[in-house]
Amino acid sequence: MIHARGLKRSFKTKEGVVEAVRGLDLDVAEGELVAFLGPNGAGKSTSVRMLTTLLPPTEGAASVAGHDVLREADAVRRRIGYVGQGAGAGGYNKLRDELLTQGAAQRMTGAAAARRADELIGMLELTGLERRTGMSLSGGQKRRVDIALGLMHSPSVLFLDEPSTGLDPHSRANLWEHIVKLRKSTGMTIFLTTHYLDEADQMAERVMIMDNGQVIANDTPERLKANLAGDRITIDADNAIVAAEIAANLPEAREVVRDGARVGVTVKGGEAVLPEFIRALDQRGARVLAANIRRPTLDDVFLGLTGRSLRETAT
Amino acid sequence: MTFFRDVATSFTREMKPTLADPSWMAFGLVQPILYLAFFVPLLDVGGSTADALQWFVPGMIVMLTLFGTAMVGWSLTEELMSGVLERFLATPMSRPALIFGRSLKEMFPLALQALALILLAWPFGLQLHPIQMLFGLALLALFGAGVAALSYALAIAARHNTSLFYMVSQSVALPLMLLGGVLLPIENGPGWLYIASRFNPLTYLVEAERALFAGELFTTTVLWGVLIAAGTAVVGLSIGAKAIRKASL
Repeated sequence: MIHARGLKRSFKTKEGVVEAVRGLDLDVAEGELVAFLGPNGAGKSTSVRMLTTLLPPTEGAASVAGHDVLREADAVRRRIGYVGQGAGAGGYNKLRDELLTQGAAQRMTGAAAARRADELIGMLELTGLERRTGMSLSGGQKRRVDIALGLMHSPSVLFLDEPSTGLDPHSRANLWEHIVKLRKSTGMTIFLTTHYLDEADQMAERVMIMDNGQVIANDTPERLKANLAGDRITIDADNAIVAAEIAANLPEAREVVRDGARVGVTVKGGEAVLPEFIRALDQRGARVLAANIRRPTLDDVFLGLTGRSLRETAT
Repeated sequence: MTFFRDVATSFTREMKPTLADPSWMAFGLVQPILYLAFFVPLLDVGGSTADALQWFVPGMIVMLTLFGTAMVGWSLTEELMSGVLERFLATPMSRPALIFGRSLKEMFPLALQALALILLAWPFGLQLHPIQMLFGLALLALFGAGVAALSYALAIAARHNTSLFYMVSQSVALPLMLLGGVLLPIENGPGWLYIASRFNPLTYLVEAERALFAGELFTTTVLWGVLIAAGTAVVGLSIGAKAIRKASL
């Protein structure tokens, strides 16, 4: 559904040429929900804007829904829904009017647009707001209108650029719910960018981590966490020296740290390793006082890959 | 065909909020009315207030048009920043149609305002020449659409520096108006000012409007006005279309 090869984009600024995207290769199959995760300035939006025909790439090629983004831009535009970073809901126009305008822009007939507008107003819980202007809506409502606008012509691919940035936690959760529901009911291909770790983790079937204009990891959230971060086991034992020795010998053990009576170790598949750990301690006559497994987050993955925390860079 | 449909879509989208809240159109009339009330009595162009009005009102509606449309780019700047324009650019809609529809819409508020001004001045002695005056309004509408398109092009060019939009639009509109002899007869001024005014396209439009308001129709002065209005529309819309075609925001 989405393919890109060697996609590059640089911008000229006063300070010189900035390479925002440095060679993006991308394949998204029909029906996938893929998230681009990365800090601000990683090149996520620039990538999306190239895929949605808004920005010509400096180098490389991309096709969306079977059409080249440069040579067949109009065909791409007919097949995609694009929800940009800004609130596209509009200021002075009434919500339902704006949906109808969007329908007309997407070459729908008036009757089809009216039907679809009412359907989306119901689906995205916008009933009662039809005659309100864009600027009178709350942040969460605006975002739902933006999504409705992107969905008017039932596109085959929906691009969402930072859909929940700036929303309060409640509105964010509500928005996710809508996106997940939409995904289930339509099987639409969804490509979203986010700098929220939990958003990528909970919603996406596949996460591409982007940093500095490049994709540095690409897998399901589970596999990324298991392969690149692992589970952190901590054990308090009456003989921590023995515990640390055992920990170091566990399969694929990393980052063994002893701090007083506490020993920490990072392993793959913590649930299976922990009983083994405890049994080994038993056999050596050490008594376990407390045990804990911490599942990794995508932030641990990002930290492992870049040495930086995404939480610090995210704003 | 789809091009015209897109122009209509863009036009309707801009027109609806204007119709829903016409109060700002009335607000736009405040400045010209103040001029009519507090400035016209100071004019000495022929003797009576009626003569002064006949001379001053056409200039005033040109001013209304110029200032009303030179700043419309600001609304596009807002939509550029908020992401509304980008949303339309990601649809198959014709890009020039987005600018054409908007610019054509600007014809209507200014024509209505100019009409209101004429009707307000009527009881104070303004002589009506309905056909010539309606033709004058049509010229203004054409000129206004061109200026609006230029203003939109400027908004797109200055999208990364919005204060630039204000600086350029203000520093172009005001000298054009002053040099167009809108407020006072430029013939009475020093020679250099008169010569400078001959290089100002607005001068010819103001003179054509004055001729029309005096009841002329098939004269050279009016023809010059037609050429200036049509030329502004063609040049403005072409530049606007080019600006949005190239725009990758």
